[in-house]
Amino acid sequence: MSASNPETPAITEVRVGPDIFRVLCWVASASAVAALGWIIFEIVQSAYPAMSKFGFGFLTSSAWVPNRENFGVLPFIVGTAASSFIAILFAFPLGLAIAIFLSENFLPLPVRQLIRFVVEMLAAIPSVVYGLWGIFVVIPLVREFGNWAVVHLSGVPLFAGPAYGNSMLTASLVLALMILPTLTAISRNALTAVPKTLREGAYALGATRWEAILGVILPTAAPGVVAATILALGRAMGETMAVAMLIGNSSRLSWSLLSPGGTLAGLLANQFGEAEGMQVSSLMFAAFILVVITLGVNLVGEAVLRYTQKQTAGIR
Amino acid sequence: MKSKLSLSLAALVAIVASGSTVQAQQLSGAGASFPAPLYQRWGAEYSKLHPKVQVNYQSVGSGAGVKNFTAGVVDFGASDAAMSDAEIAKVANGVVMIPATAGEIVYAYNLPGVDSLNLSREAMAGIYLGTITKWNDPAIAKDNAGVTLPDMPIQVSYRSDGSGTTFVFTQHLSAISPEFADKIGTDKSVTFPVGVGGKGNEGVTALVQQAPGAIGYVEYGYAKNNGLKMANLQNKSGNFVAPDIASAAATLANVTMPENLRVWPVDPEGANDYPIVSFTWLLLNKKYNDAAKLTALKEFVNWGLTDGQKFSEELGYVPLPAPVVEKAQAALATIQ
Repeated sequence: MSASNPETPAITEVRVGPDIFRVLCWVASASAVAALGWIIFEIVQSAYPAMSKFGFGFLTSSAWVPNRENFGVLPFIVGTAASSFIAILFAFPLGLAIAIFLSENFLPLPVRQLIRFVVEMLAAIPSVVYGLWGIFVVIPLVREFGNWAVVHLSGVPLFAGPAYGNSMLTASLVLALMILPTLTAISRNALTAVPKTLREGAYALGATRWEAILGVILPTAAPGVVAATILALGRAMGETMAVAMLIGNSSRLSWSLLSPGGTLAGLLANQFGEAEGMQVSSLMFAAFILVVITLGVNLVGEAVLRYTQKQTAGIR
Repeated sequence: MKSKLSLSLAALVAIVASGSTVQAQQLSGAGASFPAPLYQRWGAEYSKLHPKVQVNYQSVGSGAGVKNFTAGVVDFGASDAAMSDAEIAKVANGVVMIPATAGEIVYAYNLPGVDSLNLSREAMAGIYLGTITKWNDPAIAKDNAGVTLPDMPIQVSYRSDGSGTTFVFTQHLSAISPEFADKIGTDKSVTFPVGVGGKGNEGVTALVQQAPGAIGYVEYGYAKNNGLKMANLQNKSGNFVAPDIASAAATLANVTMPENLRVWPVDPEGANDYPIVSFTWLLLNKKYNDAAKLTALKEFVNWGLTDGQKFSEELGYVPLPAPVVEKAQAALATIQ
């Protein structure tokens, strides 16, 4: 066929283009994967002395004492987990409510678009600005609440004194606001992806709007909402600057929300600049743990999200 | 079209080439953040006098400064903790440590209604050991007759990042309290059993400023510029000394400089000496291969040691006493 076609040479020439393009695309995506691999390799390499010296005890020891070459990151792992979970506790109800509100027709579309835009803009505010805002706005509020709570809720370990302004509670509150856009945007997508037929079916059976939302739409979108929550959790765990400015950077374990705490990301941001020898290695070990945790959380979130999309595709 | 382009390119090259014949001398430095405002001011003032010399100082922290200097990526380093003998051994071209300015570390506090506070050596250590937790603790009250101290928890603040300030501070507390030396020790980052950490001098300053009942250690300049109240500290001879330039200068005047110029007045003995004072050092090589760079660098540092000292006080640093300047100049002269 090619021999009989007079335009064949021109076509083969055209074929060169897409091939180069394909190679370029391939190189671009491979380099992204390679970069991740390289980063992890470098971290593990620098962390190796600490890994071989402290081993698993690094995860369970609560002593981080640089001048005694004694390193353990339990308080920071606990702090990372606690601050992110508390942030989710605040952000989940709010984010889900906003997502439902934006996916229903309570308000005319342009108004909803505006609200959606504003919520998503929260993601564009730099971390350090959240930190400053936290210092000047949230810390005084938390301190006042703390002073009240220490007196009126004495005996509750979560509100044991003395109350600090830079505390787990402050960091969690600001984190909640920072992850709100992630939670809202992905939840809203999941809610709007619920097939119209389901919604109309519910109404046809005589359901009120709330019955339709709670009984049909939310359960259908639930995996998507779960994925949104997990991805928001991943973001909260990796957040550095704002948390380092607000959490109080202490390595003591405490039940109290009003006490200072620390996170892995905050620890790295604080100590890497002046660290030497085994401290560098231990910080790299901590970085490795942080990478593993956040990668794991994000992978689970992505997996759930994929699963949802397949499920809803089936309903359609 | 093509020839026009190459013509203008040639012209551009010519312009660039003629620009480089003016030979601006670049001096690059990196290190401690504490003296950075002073060094950057020196750079700016010196360039006004000598437009051909450009000084670029990056405030990256003492540890990173030593690393960069050892690797030879900067012309000079700067460190609040000087360099240890082990670190010096790694530098092929040798090291000359030049004390360039000095600073004092203060206990800044926030207690409404209390304008003057005396802290004994016992109280200074006890607050950071977590053994003194209330402002009206007898250990504080006994030195503050006539002052009504509130029944308030002490909100201890410290540096969460590694820093020369923490090094000098913990070095003094370790010297005056065996318990502190045993439980906490001396380093650029240590773990305190109480309190809340702020990032940088400005972080601790903000912590103290915001919370009534707070206390924190910061460089004098930060406390002064932010209007924080500063405690009078008890020195070795038992006197309570207010932190100011004069009392820090008294401490420095009593320091005997060793051969390598690396010394800390860990626990000064003079009657009016302020107890927590430290030099901060410029790190230079013993040998430079580039003669023009060497001349420019020596002239710049010499200017900093002499005329540059007059900028110290307004920025909150302690000017070097004359004998220290002489020794520093002598050390500078040995550089080839």
